[in-house]
Amino acid sequence: MDFPILSSIIILPTIGAIFILFGRSSSNYNAAKYISLFVSLANFVLSLYLWYEFDKNSSGFQFVEQRVWLKDFINYKVGIDGISVLFIILTTFITPLCIISVNSTIKYRLKDFLVAILFMETMMIGVFCSLDLVIFYLFFEAGLIPMFLIIGIWGGERRVYSAFKFFLYTLLGSVLMLVAIITIYWMTGTTDVVELYQIGINPKFQNLLWLAFFSSFAVKTPMWPVHTWLPDAHVEAPTAGSVLLAAILLKMAGYGFIRFSVGLFPIASEFFVPLVFGLSLIAIIYTSLVALMQEDMKKLIAYSSVAHMGFVTMGIFTMTPEGIEGSIFQMISHGIISAALFLCVGVVYERMHTREISKYGGLVSVMPRYAIVFMVFTLGSLGLPGTTGFVGEFLILLGTFKVNFLVATIASLGVILGAAYMLWLYRRIVFGEISNSEINKLKDLNKSEMIILSLLAFTSIIFGFYPDPLLSTTSASVESLINLFNSNLNIYTAGKL
Amino acid sequence: MINLDLIFPEIFLSLSIMFLLMLGVFKKNSEKLIYNLSTMTLIILLALVVNLFSINETLIFNQSYKIDNLSTFMKSLTIISSIFIMISSFTYLKSLNILKIEYPILILSSILGMMVMISSNDLIVFYLGLELQSLALYVLASFNRDNVLSSESGLKYFVLSALSSGLLLYGCSLVYGFSGSTNFNLISNTSLNIEYGVIFGLVFIIVGLAFKISAVPFHMWAPDVYQGSPTSVTLFFAALPKVAALTVFIRFLYTPFVNLIDQWQTILVFISIASMIFGAVAAIGQFNLKRLIAYSSIGHMGYALAGLASGTNQGIQSSVIYISIYLAMTLAFFSCLFMLRKKNIFYEKIEDLSGLSSNHPILSIALLIVLFSLAGIPPLAGFFAKFYIFMAVIEQSMYFLAIIGLLSTVVAAFYYLRLIKIIYFDKPNEIFEKDHNIGLKFTLAISTGILILYFIYPGILIEVVSRINLI
Repeated sequence: MDFPILSSIIILPTIGAIFILFGRSSSNYNAAKYISLFVSLANFVLSLYLWYEFDKNSSGFQFVEQRVWLKDFINYKVGIDGISVLFIILTTFITPLCIISVNSTIKYRLKDFLVAILFMETMMIGVFCSLDLVIFYLFFEAGLIPMFLIIGIWGGERRVYSAFKFFLYTLLGSVLMLVAIITIYWMTGTTDVVELYQIGINPKFQNLLWLAFFSSFAVKTPMWPVHTWLPDAHVEAPTAGSVLLAAILLKMAGYGFIRFSVGLFPIASEFFVPLVFGLSLIAIIYTSLVALMQEDMKKLIAYSSVAHMGFVTMGIFTMTPEGIEGSIFQMISHGIISAALFLCVGVVYERMHTREISKYGGLVSVMPRYAIVFMVFTLGSLGLPGTTGFVGEFLILLGTFKVNFLVATIASLGVILGAAYMLWLYRRIVFGEISNSEINKLKDLNKSEMIILSLLAFTSIIFGFYPDPLLSTTSASVESLINLFNSNLNIYTAGKL
Repeated sequence: MINLDLIFPEIFLSLSIMFLLMLGVFKKNSEKLIYNLSTMTLIILLALVVNLFSINETLIFNQSYKIDNLSTFMKSLTIISSIFIMISSFTYLKSLNILKIEYPILILSSILGMMVMISSNDLIVFYLGLELQSLALYVLASFNRDNVLSSESGLKYFVLSALSSGLLLYGCSLVYGFSGSTNFNLISNTSLNIEYGVIFGLVFIIVGLAFKISAVPFHMWAPDVYQGSPTSVTLFFAALPKVAALTVFIRFLYTPFVNLIDQWQTILVFISIASMIFGAVAAIGQFNLKRLIAYSSIGHMGYALAGLASGTNQGIQSSVIYISIYLAMTLAFFSCLFMLRKKNIFYEKIEDLSGLSSNHPILSIALLIVLFSLAGIPPLAGFFAKFYIFMAVIEQSMYFLAIIGLLSTVVAAFYYLRLIKIIYFDKPNEIFEKDHNIGLKFTLAISTGILILYFIYPGILIEVVSRINLI
């Protein structure tokens, strides 16, 4: 049997976490830090190797591992296709950066924090790899535990409220999905995604099942009107927590939409397109307007995340190759850029201990390097050509114009609003007079901050100019997904006539 | 000729009880010896019971006593948890000065009663077992007799339990009157043509059993008794009588009354939904950990009954799995409670847990695992327990029950999270002693180990349980 590379990538962070947990050095944080950094970097290298070995021209699942888990019932099955491989790399790329960033942001119980982050990494990679609904659910839910602790222990003032809200909202969304998963098992006799793609699900039940999955993913995405946990969670979470949340956790839902909602329930997905478009448009326009009014930097970026994810859901449900590829690209890009933005906020928060926008202004004269990297990410977030943000949004809008002109036009307005709040944020923080005397004492980026942020900026620009490596990885799988979708739909409509 | 080998465990246990009683009477200061000997007895008993696993369904004593996979499994479960209860509560009893010779003997008699209950295939045998079990428990509840709360809880448990036993007995007599037999198999044959008397009897019996298992609306005794009894007895209450009562539930519903499934299914669905919702909502306002676990156990019984309500083999098996995992969680939780000790005082308030994680990291992680498992968050064992239940429930298309059950897990998650919040997010408060009895540490390690590692090979429990086929 081949080397189980996917399982290794999943389990490696947990092994590291266990090492740290039972390591004897209770006071010596450096050992823990190096172990976690080493483990996460090794995982990144492994996942790059995975990408290198990955056959881009094949649309099927690769590196599939299957083991008996519950006999005659559920198998442990993992595998990747072009859709999931990028998310795995995103996860393994962001996690080491988070671990480097804790140097300055986490002041107490660092060891526990690193353990939580590493467990989190296992769960997140597991979500993107699993090819069985129950295994997917396990990873999807288990991620709540470390995130709850990250927000609750290391968060800001209202951390308890935010942690509870985050946990209960997502749990409430997911339990309905569990009902749906079990129902699918009793209807078809399997929870294996690949088999389910072949078998198809009885059209009569698809709508209800789709809604059950939707309730979970919509909360996690988050879509309007169940997005309210996100600003709270983001504002209170420590920087590394916000980064993980924005960069990867939200992507679980987008990935779920592509893999499960569209893949398993094509007829229901087609039926609910207006609902998704409507909610996405509200998310884009409404949360952009809300973002304009925010006084808190983190909250503003959190709302911008909701708006960006609105684009993602819209793109997925266009059911066009451009839309779905654009959505995947947008998710990766948002993963990089929003992570960077939260890190940027973290940088100044560490120095000033406030996130209120009005306390800042004129940073450009004291922190020139910061002003430059922050500029890159601001422009990336509003979708300037040459950054990844542009490619994603452009493809999504392209796909949407194909399907529905009106929706696309309204969504394009959202792009303008996005530019408005991001540029305004940048102007208020970086430019202008120095009104607060504290600003003069600020130091520019230190070495580790510089490394993290420039890496992210570099990635964002590289793939902005040359998106082909990412797009070519996804295209074959997306195409086969759409073919599957269309053929299922055709069979259904033919049967109806 | 009756094969006495089959009830050898029961005979052995009875003889040991008598021997230990005599030893205790004639030998002075023998508390510790008797305690250890009782633990030994339980270990030998476990070996004897496990030995019966290979035996197929057998009825003895004029069909009034049944040995099958269900009874053997439930007996083993009872005995294993009682061994852990014994080894974990030694320090507690010693520091409260209630380590008397009667304590282990009462526990053994109660276990004997449970074993009889579990194997009973006849109304009279069942009632004998039930009373033997309960009488020992009344005394145990008020064992810390200098404590007002403990005496109160003993009395309360006695009065209410006597009432429920009365109801149960009335139900049994109705059933006997209308079916003409006390034997489960014979009742099952006659219950085909529905007599209203039998249905009345069935309702009374379900009420009585629901009381024993502390399901809503017959749960009122549980919080007070749990709080008042000594913690080691609370652990006993929370774990073992439920196993026995659940087994009897299964026996009653699936042997004598299997033909009346339409009648009892609605009742069970109601009891189950009420318990799940009530257990989740009422626990939110509690400040005493033992009270909180009482409400939580009410909720858990709701889930176990939901499996039974489905009326299939899968449902029975899922309930059995649920109760097994519930036992592991209860043991782990109470082991943590036993560790909240300072100068021979045991702490049981929620605020005593405040900031526990900064001074007791390992204990806190254990509690974290237990609480998330109780809340049913994957990948911990508690999730699988619920998962099997809902598998069985949804197979029968009882979506309403499933959705209510899952929604109440979300409500219940709130108060488990509140405990975690107090442990992890709040300021440190008390520093407890760190030297613990090896037995207690062992219990905690084993039970949390089961909870956290269960997901690696979940088939192990299913393989054993799948041999239980009643229908």
